Amino acid sequence: MTAAARTAWYTGTVVEARPETSSARRIVIDVPDWPGNDAGQHLDVRLTAPDGYQAQRSYSIASAGAGTRIELAVDELPDGEVSPFLVEDVAVGDKLELHGPLGGYFVWMPQSVTHDTRPVQLIAGGSGVVPFLAMVRAHADAADPTPFRLLYAVRQPDDVFYRQELAKLAADGLQIDYVYSRTAPHDWPVPAGRITKEALAGFAIPASDKPRVYICGSTGFVELIAGWLIELGHDAGDIRTERFGGK
Amino acid sequence: MSFITRGFSGRNRERDPRLPPGQTKVEDWPVLSAGPTPKIDTADWSFTVTTETGAQTHWSWDELRALGIEDITTDIHCVTHWSKLEMPWRGVPIDKILAGIPTHAKYVMAHSYGGYTTNVPLDELLNGQAWVAFEAEGVPLDPEHGGPARLLVPHLYFWKSAKWVNGLTLMDKDDPGFWEQAGYNLHGDPWKEERYW
Amino acid sequence: MTHIDGNALAGQLSDLFAFDLTTAIGRCVNCGTAGMIGAAMVYVASPGTVARCPHCGAVLATIVETDDTIWLSLAGVTAIEVAKKA
Repeated sequence: MTAAARTAWYTGTVVEARPETSSARRIVIDVPDWPGNDAGQHLDVRLTAPDGYQAQRSYSIASAGAGTRIELAVDELPDGEVSPFLVEDVAVGDKLELHGPLGGYFVWMPQSVTHDTRPVQLIAGGSGVVPFLAMVRAHADAADPTPFRLLYAVRQPDDVFYRQELAKLAADGLQIDYVYSRTAPHDWPVPAGRITKEALAGFAIPASDKPRVYICGSTGFVELIAGWLIELGHDAGDIRTERFGGK
Repeated sequence: MSFITRGFSGRNRERDPRLPPGQTKVEDWPVLSAGPTPKIDTADWSFTVTTETGAQTHWSWDELRALGIEDITTDIHCVTHWSKLEMPWRGVPIDKILAGIPTHAKYVMAHSYGGYTTNVPLDELLNGQAWVAFEAEGVPLDPEHGGPARLLVPHLYFWKSAKWVNGLTLMDKDDPGFWEQAGYNLHGDPWKEERYW
Repeated sequence: MTHIDGNALAGQLSDLFAFDLTTAIGRCVNCGTAGMIGAAMVYVASPGTVARCPHCGAVLATIVETDDTIWLSLAGVTAIEVAKKA
């Protein structure tokens, strides 16, 4: 479907903008001629100042499939140039310049397309969960039989993106494990603490099941997790990563 | 196709008449890099000048610094449009390093730990125009900014001020270095906006 | 300076190619390892984008871009292999 969709520049109109976490915002954009996108793809948002100055950044798309409404969930970086604008200033009705859909490397497509029956392990750090929202939604929409598991590492409960939607998916059978590094919920059986190799081994689909693994988060997080997975016996070729810079 | 984005004005960018065309003054010091940051101990550090005939001269960390360190205050201009004005540096002038090395070469390739290269005309490294610098803004250069030592050629775009510099090779032709091969200008004068090919 | 992944090249390269280069296979000139361009180590905080071989660190590709021009070097890969669409 969208594997053949040409990437292009589009103008979208913001139709929804609401807080997602204390530092992030969910933005829904109507793009009349959007060609659709695969789960895991991203797009670039380009902003232009009155004097012609431009700034451009990439954001994972939280939505997937056909349709002209696309969804982003943007986390504000303290020294960012584009994210503070998207999180604090952009308003419903504003127009944004978008370049996409981009990326065929970090995507998931249903079994009906790939004929790959191996289970899928998704591992997210913070806002790195956004492309996985697209994947779990696409998985549910296709009623795909592939076993999916999500390991989601955050600092504290309020940092969880798409909390309600993930809770609903979990109730419907998606296996989700949370790791809280700084503050855990009241009734949490484990004290808060940084993820460890042992925890990873406990939560992730074992290497013997040969899962396809996707890891998304800061560079430091991704490298740590990828390194451990290889030590745990996963093949480097089965691991796809999307790092967004930083520690 | 681009339209002005409502409400976006970019970072607070100050204008100053001392800026070359297309440059914006910044107060921080951005880090840009083409690869991983080398970590070199000064105990292992050495600097080599190779002439066009292959003759080599080497200095250790202490030997190079013993040539005489001076204070410099200068503006620097990055081709990615930021400039820092009145920056204090400390380093050894290239004049002192090349003094007494006979050559007919007109150009120099600067080499760095990690493989980076950049080309500069020899006469633009002499007469007080360039240094091997060890300190900036009062502190030793940290690896992110090119430490323990980098080339400093402030009258050209700052990609010519090779981080992690470890040698100069004198050459007869103006062979292109890393960025010059990739699309950047062979010369790089910010006042003439010599950015690209 | 830390790097990001080769799928970050998708945006810049989509202007040049009619297909997605991040899923193309390239063989590193320096160490001979073949892999998906999407798996390259990409440095973007730079006067240009630099993609390095994840095995040996040699430069695979560079992209320098202005508003109206792109300079692309693939000098660090021997060739690229792209699947045609069915």
